[in-house]
Amino acid sequence: MRGGMAPWFSLVLAALAVLLLWLGGVSLWLVLAAMVLVGGSLVALWWWMGDQPPPEDTIRAVPEELRQARQQAEKGVLNAIDATVEAFSLPVVVFERGRILSANAAARAALGEHITGQDPRVALRHPEAVALLEGADDQEASVTLRDLTSKGSLWQLTRRPLGPDRWAVEMRDRSAEADISRAHTDFVANASHELRTPLASVIGYVETLFEAKKPLDEAITKRFLGTVLREAKRMQALVSDLMSLSQLEAEKHDVPTERIELGALAARVVGEFAPVAGEKPRVEFTRPEAMLAVTGDAKQLEQLLRNLIDNALKYGDDDKNVTVALVEGPRGTVQIDVTDRGAGIAPDHLPHLTRRFYRTDESRSRAAGGTGLGLAIVKHVVERHRGRLDIASELGVGTTVSVRLPRLSA
Amino acid sequence: MVAEHTVKAFDVEMGSLRGLIAEMGGLAELAIGESIDALVKGSDELAQGVIARDKKIDALEAQVDQLAVQIIALRAPVADDLREVIAALKIAGILERIGDYAKNIAKRSARIENRKVFEPITLIPAMGELAAEMVRDVLTAYAARDAASASEVIERDAKVDAFYDSIFRNMVSFMMENPSTITSAAHLLFVARNIERIGDHATNIAEQVYYAATAKYHDDRLERPEN
Repeated sequence: MRGGMAPWFSLVLAALAVLLLWLGGVSLWLVLAAMVLVGGSLVALWWWMGDQPPPEDTIRAVPEELRQARQQAEKGVLNAIDATVEAFSLPVVVFERGRILSANAAARAALGEHITGQDPRVALRHPEAVALLEGADDQEASVTLRDLTSKGSLWQLTRRPLGPDRWAVEMRDRSAEADISRAHTDFVANASHELRTPLASVIGYVETLFEAKKPLDEAITKRFLGTVLREAKRMQALVSDLMSLSQLEAEKHDVPTERIELGALAARVVGEFAPVAGEKPRVEFTRPEAMLAVTGDAKQLEQLLRNLIDNALKYGDDDKNVTVALVEGPRGTVQIDVTDRGAGIAPDHLPHLTRRFYRTDESRSRAAGGTGLGLAIVKHVVERHRGRLDIASELGVGTTVSVRLPRLSA
Repeated sequence: MVAEHTVKAFDVEMGSLRGLIAEMGGLAELAIGESIDALVKGSDELAQGVIARDKKIDALEAQVDQLAVQIIALRAPVADDLREVIAALKIAGILERIGDYAKNIAKRSARIENRKVFEPITLIPAMGELAAEMVRDVLTAYAARDAASASEVIERDAKVDAFYDSIFRNMVSFMMENPSTITSAAHLLFVARNIERIGDHATNIAEQVYYAATAKYHDDRLERPEN
């Protein structure tokens, strides 16, 4: 429309105004002067507008495309970052100020699925990690932190600049190294302490037999040898328990991956406790119709159940049955309850039961051939499987040990 | 992830509110661990570190208050956003209390004598670990907005309480047998009490997390057993 309008059109309007003024009785010269001023200014305006950048609708069109292009490019960069970090097996987190842009699968497994898009502090809240994130500059920086993801874990975090206001944090898991050395010292301490007693009695009896001036009475010799055998067997059990415990400690940070149907596994372990001919069975086993699968380590889960049933048989009353019940637990878990009926455990002891070599009754445990490690092993197996262990007991009624493991949805 | 809002600045503010809570939580977690370490090892340096860092927790609480009030005033959040802001306000208060308990443990650590021969002191770390684990897990539940693991934390408080009862009895009999240790033992009793309170506060945070995530109060809040 504007294109069709010639500048002369404005002169016609001006002339019209002059005619009106003249008719109204204003002096002709003044009117003509006004006409020149008005007309001139309109033409000047027209010229000036011609020099201006293109009109509004075109003004908007270009930046819209630009903005979209910029957004596209940004998205492309983010996708590229996502794809790149995803390719690493080390946990990697890419962040800018106040926001995590990308976290790879390993990082999400270590810190939680929710962290992408959150404030970096939500993912890494350890004060030194916060300092590492907040103090981000164009320098590389590194920090080693304890207890970041779980108690006893050890992580080395390294921050590297990726570009303007963008950084990557690489996480290196040092827990296993730290644990192995600690497990090693623990092993030596525990083993030497617990092995000393049986070893002393073995040496004592053998020495007596060896240094006797004349051969001892056959009955006495037999009794001595019996004691030596019993003590040696106890040491053997202790050593094998300590070995499995230190094995468990060493791999407690590798989540087991095997798919296991707990019903079948439990039935197999309960089968091991089948009575010898002539005795009546003492272990009752109940399981639901449904398949209850978990991810786990079959050997360790078997050992867990074996230890629990063994304990229940040892500490429950001899003439009462032990029940093993496999049930569906709350919130997507599988629960195994092992219940004995007997003296029960005083509430004071309950918090300490899973400590190594903790015994509520030293002499009774030794008489029953316990190593003091059974429940410690159970606790470690449960922890490695990301499960929970609960022990409930009532004096004079009995004890129920419950293990809950995250259920694997079919 | 929670849906984005039209006003980008609102997302940024909510994000930094969550970030502040996480930062407070990290400090509180560390304070618990280090105060108990200080107690067991008798390290004055560690204890002083805990006491000094508590100021930072207090400062962060003030920041959370300010930001929460600002969000409510300027953005008028509704529904889950409002719950989240209110929960953040309350959680900040609770974390500040937890920091205070840890500071108190650190302060008492210098007053315990003869820690080498003082047997009950070996029970405290195990209890502290239970409480610290509750705090750690509840903060992770907060970060993930995970109501299920929040309820799981609430269930665990009973274990800490049982531990407290056990330590209490143990300590009383120890005091009767060794009257010379009564001063130290009394301090240790308060330490155990503090840890027990930390467990309770972790439960309170879990209730807030549960409420923010589901808009319902946790059953535990409605039918809490009388103590």
